Amino acid sequence: MKRSQLAAAVAVPLVMALAAGIGGGSRAQAEDLVAYQIVDGAIPKSLTGKPGDPAAGEATAVNRKLGNCLACHSLPIKNQPFPGDLGPDLASVGSSLSEGQLRLRLVDSKKINPDTAMPSFYKVEGLHRVAKAFEGKPILTAQQVEDVVAYLMTLKGN
Amino acid sequence: MRRFAIALAAAGVISVAGAGVAFTETMDWGKYQAGDKRSGYTYAQPETRAMQDDEFENPGFLLMESATAMWSKPEGAAGKSCADCHGDVSSMKGVATRYPVFFKPSGKMMNIEQRINQCRTEQMKAEPWKWESDQLLGMTVLVKYQSEGLPMNVAIDGPAAPFYEKGKAFYYERRGQLDLACSNCHEDHSGQNLRANILSQGMPNGFPTYRLKWQKVGSLHRRFKGCNDQVRAEPYKPGSDEYVDLELFVSHRANGLPVETPSVRN
Ligand code: HEC
Ligand code: HEC
Ligand code: HEC
Repeated sequence: MKRSQLAAAVAVPLVMALAAGIGGGSRAQAEDLVAYQIVDGAIPKSLTGKPGDPAAGEATAVNRKLGNCLACHSLPIKNQPFPGDLGPDLASVGSSLSEGQLRLRLVDSKKINPDTAMPSFYKVEGLHRVAKAFEGKPILTAQQVEDVVAYLMTLKGN
Repeated sequence: MRRFAIALAAAGVISVAGAGVAFTETMDWGKYQAGDKRSGYTYAQPETRAMQDDEFENPGFLLMESATAMWSKPEGAAGKSCADCHGDVSSMKGVATRYPVFFKPSGKMMNIEQRINQCRTEQMKAEPWKWESDQLLGMTVLVKYQSEGLPMNVAIDGPAAPFYEKGKAFYYERRGQLDLACSNCHEDHSGQNLRANILSQGMPNGFPTYRLKWQKVGSLHRRFKGCNDQVRAEPYKPGSDEYVDLELFVSHRANGLPVETPSVRN
């Protein structure tokens, strides 16, 4: 707990920097996204160079305006009614997939399955007719991706 | 008003029991099914279906009542009513099964709403009704209701062909920040739950529909806009060429399913 609080504190300036970049009126360009490398179906390196915060990741995953994962998945969370079932239950995904695989899954699911219904959470290129309010912005920031990855790594089933 | 809110809440609770889905998959849906095609009726909650089936509960019928009065009311500079030219409204039987159709004068496809407004401006010399107004929705419901139970039978050959191709391209093109095509939800995942919503095949045969969420009757194009908005895509205007061509595609996709207007949906 203490460690994740520390991580969150470190993360703040990063998130603020990104938010400022987007809110500054100019559209965020693809160059503003952190570059990453895919190796054997995974993105091995953290997008922020640091581990994410699992508690913040859970909040991001549940938030309907951010991850909204429950629209399509079950998560082992109490008091979250009506989970969707387009995708598999994620209760033990932290034992079946590696951190790097989970990162690629979140960043750009279509690299794994071109026909998937799962959104690419960290991608702004190649999209069509994005609503003005969201143009040039990824669904999640690099920090939020790392937080959700850290959260998913805690899901080991029971 | 309150009763609808309760119905909505009840509907949400029931969809939690995933068993309901399995049950609907194996049911014989009679006229609401044509081969693999299934009306949205078959994915709706039992309470919602009951509301559709009961003329006194279904708000679409209320809207239709005022449209029935309007049918024989002269309006516009020509001093004509719909009835003056078309006689009894039952003369509209079968019409809605064929729409959208190619309209020579404009060189484009035309849906029922636009056909009605065409008669208002050209035949009656009256103002067109606004999209989503109670008048246009009501008259659309009234005209479509004359075909209630008849199978959709939309043609896509001849001059309609290029417009059908445009509608089809729209349907399969991913869009918005969430990067989803209509087909991702309504073909690949129909029958599954997107949160509390059971995804249907996205069939248009019940429109205009009374949606519990809207607490109002709404047009097919309003639904298109909603489905664009939820993937954070820039929507088009109701009545735009893009949506009429999309309507052509989804209407042909529904061929064989009965016209079900006015339907009720969650
Ligand atoms: C619109 C639906 C949708 C949303 C929203 C969504 N997913 Fe998915 N997800 C899917 C589908 C469908 C699959 C199944 C695999 C495929 O399609 O490639 C999947 C697969 C996955 C997998 C791989 C599971 C496995 O066992 O291989 C993970 C991990 C995952 N999703 C995590 C998430 C997280 C975390 C979120 C929220 C940040 C999320 N998803 C949001 C639809 C969605
Ligand atoms: C993210 C998933 C998603 C996408 C993508 C999507 N829809 Fe929908 N759509 C829904 C949901 C949820 C509903 C309400 C439940 C249902 O009927 O499926 C719905 C309902 C509908 C209905 C009403 C069906 C009825 O019986 O009343 C139509 C028509 C429709 N969608 C057409 C479309 C079209 C056309 C597109 C592409 C522009 C589209 N949808 C894209 C999720 C989606
Ligand atoms: C002055 C005469 C006139 C009036 C008034 C009139 N219409 Fe028409 N309407 C026509 C003509 C002519 C056509 C075209 C018939 C055809 O294409 O075979 C038509 C066609 C239609 C069609 C399409 C029929 C089809 O088979 O495709 C609809 C629907 C329609 N009218 C509805 C209305 C409504 C609703 C009103 C009143 C708001 C109205 N009309 C008023 C003359 C009129």
